[in-house]
Amino acid sequence: MTPKRKQKLFIILGLVSLAAVAVGLTLYALRSNINLFFSPVEIAQGDAPLERQIRAGGMVKEGTVARDPESLNVEFTVTDYVGDLEVYFSGILPDLFREGQGVVVVGELQESGRFRADQVLARHDENYMPPEVAEALEEAGYQPSDFKDQGNMAGPRTTDG
Amino acid sequence: MWAFIHKLGSPKWFYTISAKLQPWFWAAAAALIVTGTVWGLAFAPADYQQGNSFRIIYIHVPAAFLAQSAFVSMAAAGLVFMVWKIKVADMAATVIAPFGAAMTFVALFSGAVWGVPTWGTWWMWDARLTSMLILLFLYLGVIALRGAFSSRDSGARAASVLAMVGVINIPVIKYSVDWWYTLHQPATFSVTSSPAMPMSMWLPLLIMVLGFYSFFTALTLMRTRSEILRRESRKRWVRELVRETR
Repeated sequence: MTPKRKQKLFIILGLVSLAAVAVGLTLYALRSNINLFFSPVEIAQGDAPLERQIRAGGMVKEGTVARDPESLNVEFTVTDYVGDLEVYFSGILPDLFREGQGVVVVGELQESGRFRADQVLARHDENYMPPEVAEALEEAGYQPSDFKDQGNMAGPRTTDG
Repeated sequence: MWAFIHKLGSPKWFYTISAKLQPWFWAAAAALIVTGTVWGLAFAPADYQQGNSFRIIYIHVPAAFLAQSAFVSMAAAGLVFMVWKIKVADMAATVIAPFGAAMTFVALFSGAVWGVPTWGTWWMWDARLTSMLILLFLYLGVIALRGAFSSRDSGARAASVLAMVGVINIPVIKYSVDWWYTLHQPATFSVTSSPAMPMSMWLPLLIMVLGFYSFFTALTLMRTRSEILRRESRKRWVRELVRETR
């Protein structure tokens, strides 16, 4: 490589690294704005604003979904296994909504500490399996989520999907 | 090996070598994509939670892989062009951009179609979706910047710089689901651990991904060849080639 080309290569790599550092610092500074939702524990700490549209996310706590048989009203608790958040909603829930499933709720936090949701979105995890496998797991006394924990223990996630 | 790479830098040699490689990649692409599509859409099992809508993964994931790989290739070609002044690299970068933009659009569109039945919304400004949208704008920016200069060389250099700086977005896309809370789920596949789906599901997906890569390679070779002919149309070897084929 000629010295001129070498110099050019280093200039380019230097500029790109500088830009990467700038982007990295910006994203780090904005991290709380980039997070899509507040977790229940952050809301319990009082980090979330009252009566302004925010998003909260976590798992639907097992055994907390209460549907009103007369209307579309539904109440449930969103948990991150540290803090809990009571949510009430009136409308149609997505197909994937169920107990133990990840959700993102869009709405306003009330002064009472309860969350009035205008929209409920379901999250799903990175695990896919045929229904027969899920049934077999359940019969053997496992949850599909146990499968996921084993996957996580095998090592950190590195590739896309 | 080095001699081979040096030869590839010459448009004439690239034109000759790519003519031999091209049919193999087209054949591999056709075989893999047809097999993967039929297997994924008809024979792979449905998901226990999502049912059949899960099958969008067989388009969505390969398109998202290619959208990012094409950008990295384009930036690498830009670097080779800027440092070593190899024109073939710039020709390749020129033809990769529209393909990458198309793949990004396919990934975003199939993701939106998938989002409606699973999440309950087709769009959410979460880190993964937004960084992917930025990737689409980067592609469009690279294409527009190249065309914005009257001199081809200035346009090529501006596009290369934007591509090289834009590559910073790739790790952001990849790790967005780990760094921040997002609506998009974390990655199913990783190098270090086994995939979070059984083989009956990931094998057709792997075939689709390989098929998309072959398609990308074949298309890039083919379009770079046309770009060579267009740019080198006044060179003697091209004129002779044209005379021969007449």
